[in-house]
Amino acid sequence: MQGMTVRHIKNHAARAIMLIATLILLTPLCLIFFHLLKMGFSSLSLDFFTQIPKPTGESGGGMANGIFGSSLLILFASLLGLPIGVLGAVYLTEFNGGRFATTIRFSADVLAGVPSIITGMVAYSLLVLPMKGFSALAGAVALSLIMIPIVLRTTEEQLKMVPGTLREASLALGVPLWRTSLKVILVSARKGVITGILLAVARIAGESAPLLFTALGNQFWSRNLTEPIAALPLQIFSFAIAPYEEWHRLAWAGALVLVVTMFTLNLGARLIGRRS
Amino acid sequence: MNGKVTLENMSVHFGNNHAVKNVSMDFAAHSVTAIIGPSGCGKSTLLRSLNRMHDLVPSAKVSGTILVDGKNLYDRSIDPVAIRRKIGMVFQKPNPFPAMSIYDNVVAGYKLNSRMNRAVADEIVETCLKRVALWDEVKDRLKSSAMDLSGGQQQRLCIARTIAVQPEVILMDEPCSALDPIATLKIEELIEELKERFTIIIVTHNMQQAARVSDSTAFMYMGELVENGATKKIFTTPEKKQTEDYITGRFG
Ligand SMILES: Nc1ncnc2c1ncn2[C@@H]1O[C@H](COP(=O)(O)OP(=O)(O)OP(=O)(O)O)[C@@H](O)[C@H]1O
Ligand SMILES: [Mg+2]
Repeated sequence: MQGMTVRHIKNHAARAIMLIATLILLTPLCLIFFHLLKMGFSSLSLDFFTQIPKPTGESGGGMANGIFGSSLLILFASLLGLPIGVLGAVYLTEFNGGRFATTIRFSADVLAGVPSIITGMVAYSLLVLPMKGFSALAGAVALSLIMIPIVLRTTEEQLKMVPGTLREASLALGVPLWRTSLKVILVSARKGVITGILLAVARIAGESAPLLFTALGNQFWSRNLTEPIAALPLQIFSFAIAPYEEWHRLAWAGALVLVVTMFTLNLGARLIGRRS
Repeated sequence: MNGKVTLENMSVHFGNNHAVKNVSMDFAAHSVTAIIGPSGCGKSTLLRSLNRMHDLVPSAKVSGTILVDGKNLYDRSIDPVAIRRKIGMVFQKPNPFPAMSIYDNVVAGYKLNSRMNRAVADEIVETCLKRVALWDEVKDRLKSSAMDLSGGQQQRLCIARTIAVQPEVILMDEPCSALDPIATLKIEELIEELKERFTIIIVTHNMQQAARVSDSTAFMYMGELVENGATKKIFTTPEKKQTEDYITGRFG
């Protein structure tokens, strides 16, 4: 009986500690969210999504160009990064288990750990300098460099979980290995792969450092990939440090939109991941 | 030697492990050959060398000669992908493609390789499912997931998928070991029918099953082929003591 009580006490203590830890974890998240809601919600209006920033002194305006620019940057970063990340993972798991694969895997882990400002510098020296100008393209490349290792590693993990018996079943039907990899293995792992992709998109959606000296930012509309382009995180930054009350309000609204977007992407990723 | 498949001094190594040792034997066309023997004796390894499944295992090395219709299976001019279409395989655990419907599973061998005419596909699905006696059970839910089927139904679906690409030889590696007795009986009846069209080589741990379904039996022990011949003879008057001991359950 004595042991039983001690065990009960231990059990309750452990539960209490875990509960407290969870609360501590949730507190900053809730603080951020409620603060953003409080500060940003009142500034959100249709204008925010349809107008570009007004010149200083005028009231109103929005961040439509930043939202559009960020979407464009994410789109092109994904066009570059997703095929490389996903197909690279297929190659690593299905075709190459040797030292080459280990090297690539290690490089991907290093790349994933590189501070994003440095990724921006790399894109700056590789693209901005030779092209003699800041550009959306350079920004997209910088973002894709952040995306590739994340997608590569999560996809690889997912592909490894597909049972080998499926691979054998397909091969035994006279399906070549490369078709098997794409149409059986990748398709079987698709939910996990999509989850990883959404998380990677969420990650780059909020990046500002790698865009500082690549996409640069833009006060106006731009659809040109070779011109500087506005991006939401950059706009939030420059508006938040500007000395105008009106701009601060826009920055809060922008921050709210960004966080809601990321929250949605993460939630979507979890939901898709769970349904498998 | 004039079988459909002929082994001459065939060996398989995994690194230093000599898993199949200098086996020579014939597999007759349109008959069922059972491979029996204790666990780890190399049955699966031998079977998998017949459709070049070991190509994907870097440490595996197949030596000696395997002839299929008189042609060397491991000749450099032979395309392993084409070979696998000619020599199909059914696995121990039913492994339908989970992301595909029952219908798509049957024609997976075609659809994974190219586009397919709808009418042709319908025809193949019906014929193959009828041949494995699954048609009546699933004809109203062809579009539902293959994972909704029972284990025995899944295994019959896998056999349908294998015969759909019209192989000449079907390799089966303990195809009933995950099934209950009734499902097993159905597969055994199916094997009986399939041998009219196909050459069947089946690995089994179940002595009664070998006796029931096969025309010839090969007994392996520690990588070597101990004895092979007509099933009736192997089970009644085996030549080797080891074979007799195994069949009567004195070891293994
Ligand atoms: N992929 C592989 N890599 C290395 N060794 C292997 C591999 N597959 C089989 N072996 C080895 O080959 C030998 C024969 O194995 P095999 O699977 O052919 O036996 P089996 O007769 O099919 O046994 P069981 O009845 O248990 O299925 C064993 O020693 C095994 O360890
Ligand atoms: Mg085996």
